Amino acid sequence: MSVEALHDGHSHGESSDAHESFAHHYVNRAQQDEAYIVGMWTFLVTEIMFFGALFAAYVIYRVQMPEIFDEVSRDHLDVKLGFYNTLILLTSSLFMALGVRAAQLKSKKGQLFWIGLTLLCAFGFLGIKYKEYSHKIELNLVPGAHFVYEGAHAGNAHNPSEAELLAASKPSYGPDRVKATTGIAVKRRPGDDVKKAEKAQIFLGLYFIMTGLHGIHVIIGIFLLGILWFMIKYNHPLAKDFMPIEMSGLYWHFVDIVWIFLYPLMYLIKPSLELLLHQ
Amino acid sequence: MSAIPVRPEELAGTKRENYINWSHTVKDWLLTVDHKRIAVLYLVSISIFFAMGGVAAMFIRLELLTPKGDLFRSDVYNRIFSAHGIMMIFLFLVPSIPATLGNFLIPLMIGAKDLAFPRLNLLSWYLYMIGGMFVLAATVFGGVDTGWTFYTPYSSVYSNSQVALTILGVFIAGFSSIATGINFIVTIHKMRAPGLTWFRLPLFVWAHYATSLIIVLGTPVVAITLALVAVERVTGIGIFNPNLGGDPVLFQHLFWFYSHPAVYIMILPGMGITSEIIACFSRKRIFGYPFIAFSSLAIALFGFFVWGHHMFTTGQSMYSGMVFSIISFLVAVPSAIKVFNWTSTMYKGTVSLKSPMIYALGFIGLFTVGGLTGLFLSTLAMDVHLQDTYFVVAHFHYVMVGGSLLAFLGGIHFWWPKITGKMYHEGVAVGAAILTFIGFNLTFFPQFIVGYIGMPRRYHWYPDEYQFWHVMSSAGASVLALGLVMPAVYLILSLKYGADAGPNPWRAVGLEWTTSSPPPPHNFDEIPVVTWEAYEYDADYTDQVADESTRQEISGTVPHPVSDHMGTYGNPPGE
Ligand code: HEM
Ligand SMILES: [Cu+2]
Repeated sequence: MSVEALHDGHSHGESSDAHESFAHHYVNRAQQDEAYIVGMWTFLVTEIMFFGALFAAYVIYRVQMPEIFDEVSRDHLDVKLGFYNTLILLTSSLFMALGVRAAQLKSKKGQLFWIGLTLLCAFGFLGIKYKEYSHKIELNLVPGAHFVYEGAHAGNAHNPSEAELLAASKPSYGPDRVKATTGIAVKRRPGDDVKKAEKAQIFLGLYFIMTGLHGIHVIIGIFLLGILWFMIKYNHPLAKDFMPIEMSGLYWHFVDIVWIFLYPLMYLIKPSLELLLHQ
Repeated sequence: MSAIPVRPEELAGTKRENYINWSHTVKDWLLTVDHKRIAVLYLVSISIFFAMGGVAAMFIRLELLTPKGDLFRSDVYNRIFSAHGIMMIFLFLVPSIPATLGNFLIPLMIGAKDLAFPRLNLLSWYLYMIGGMFVLAATVFGGVDTGWTFYTPYSSVYSNSQVALTILGVFIAGFSSIATGINFIVTIHKMRAPGLTWFRLPLFVWAHYATSLIIVLGTPVVAITLALVAVERVTGIGIFNPNLGGDPVLFQHLFWFYSHPAVYIMILPGMGITSEIIACFSRKRIFGYPFIAFSSLAIALFGFFVWGHHMFTTGQSMYSGMVFSIISFLVAVPSAIKVFNWTSTMYKGTVSLKSPMIYALGFIGLFTVGGLTGLFLSTLAMDVHLQDTYFVVAHFHYVMVGGSLLAFLGGIHFWWPKITGKMYHEGVAVGAAILTFIGFNLTFFPQFIVGYIGMPRRYHWYPDEYQFWHVMSSAGASVLALGLVMPAVYLILSLKYGADAGPNPWRAVGLEWTTSSPPPPHNFDEIPVVTWEAYEYDADYTDQVADESTRQEISGTVPHPVSDHMGTYGNPPGE
């Protein structure tokens, strides 16, 4: 929603209200509202740059190693779960927008209802993410000391011993300082393509970092909206103001938009519509 | 209204309430949301980090006196220059002018009672302190040896020092700068006094607006990049490690995408200060106001497209190198425009060489040298020879110390009477300014030469034939140090012994001078209404008269030279 629309709907219309209040360093309520909105948008710009750096890294590695990205994404990311999450987040954005509308209509019930639904969606999203993450943790797909990439060997009955893994993990090139200084090295199965496991680790690393950062934003959103919900419920004076819900709304839409980029980039690397339909 | 309205309590010799004396508890300082108090908190903490970075610099210069690395082991030396760079850049130069003078002056200059988000402002100071503490802790627990640039994979895999802790500190401090940037942008957009259009804004405000844009667009990128380095260190995922299929050059791209614009975060506010000082002490309207204003924005914009000039020799393709080289030449144009405009402002002006003016003149000269040598470095073939030598070290010290630091000191001297209400000893201040200028050149000019003939940066063993230049540089550093310690002494002494400054000791125009010194807690008794243009200086108003009337004004008898159109103490004309 544009700033103008907001003002038509709110400050100007409300300026006759007697209870209208604003912090002492502003000249009037309209100035305070505008400051909040400009501030929020500026903050969202910083968020875009924050994620932007990660997207840039993603694009560069995807161009450098397209097959690995394709393979790992197909084999290890669950298109369906990702799709459910996309649906959930999109719906939650709608609920959020309706919540903001309810605030404009000054309907306390409406706000509580729609924010409640938004919160429910947020928890649903996190639940599915939890399922996805724990599955990957079981498969040792989290980058770090326990990372094992099975690649083409997936489903192979032979489970390599620790010693075998370590022996296979000695890089055949470059100094072995990685292990020496950090105690960490990628573990490979005997005969595995050396580079492949490491490249897979980069993809999965980006996957965890980007979806993880997004997940943190969802959790922050839950706190924001949760606090807001209680403030509205118990008629906190701040919640009489339209700004908190408007700003939380902007934030929530942003979180949604980030996911809209993450889903196709991570889960739908090859045109995978058929994957989705036939799975 | 031409006579100055003298407040009864001033005639009686009692002080009116101001932002300093309205309360004296520690709690009221640490939990203040007043931008002026937060600026003072910043000033104190930034000075402490500057002093620590300075001590590290002294150790570096001491070590470099002799060709043998006989004072420190190599790994200790690495930790010392890294601590120096990290503290000076992330904890001193980046926040220096914006968080202190910017914080203090922007609301005053635009006729507002505070920044748009006072609590965010306080949060920013706490984030800065927490970040600073992490960096300090890292230094105490073994230090960091990567240099301020944290190049991978050394930082992310091999270094056996406190990289993660330091990065955490820089990361947190980054958010303090983002908070400041957002606050300034909103404040400048939304809190200007009635009648204060964009083109009536002081150029100081324009410069901070451009700086804030860079902060908001750049800082998040370096934050996430450094976070990736930390993640890579902890988990061993190889995003920046070529052994694991990653790309170390990607780190450099992301790092310089912030860190080149960051050099403009450091210099633009200094340019803003210089515009104010030059206009005031030439008693002339600044030449080419719109050009200076827009060149700030141009610098902010172009600054984002030249980062590759740091990577000419480090694995970037030749063709991107050529493009980055050309754009780097272009970015020098708006900087040059400013230098031309300042010089033209002084031309036929009534120049008085007060201490702030000497700092500003020093700024112009040294920044010009630094900027021009930047062009040498942007020349692709030339840089192959000069990359990672002392030539680069000299270049960036000319712009950062000769530029930003001198501007900062100039600004502190210019607005000290406003901030504290006291005058310092002008003669000593002029001496310190000149000493700083001399010491600075003695320290860093030899570095151009020794770099050009081959001395690499970040080494402490070197061939005997370079010693002459290093000794000269170290000698200069001690003069420079004296020049920098002096202000610390006489400024602090002025708090106790200084004469009262009165609201406007320099007869400067600008809203900040229309309120009393130190300003009252809410800046203005009444929000001013602005009906005049910026920098309306009175040409034939000579220095001597200024001094004369300052003295008389305090006793309240002489007309305020600028009060005809500005009012005094923030009362709009006609009130
Ligand atoms: C006038 C425009 C400028 C140009 C064309 C320019 C150009 C360059 C180039 C090409 C380099 C890379 C040298 C190398 O590593 O081989 C460089 C390094 C550097 N410049 Fe500038 N520069 C300019 C202004 C500034 C300003 C205003 C500052 C700071 C206030 C600054 C700070 C630095 C720093 C800190 C480095 C070294 C970074 C490092 O490797 O540690 N420069 N400059
Ligand atoms: Cu640069």
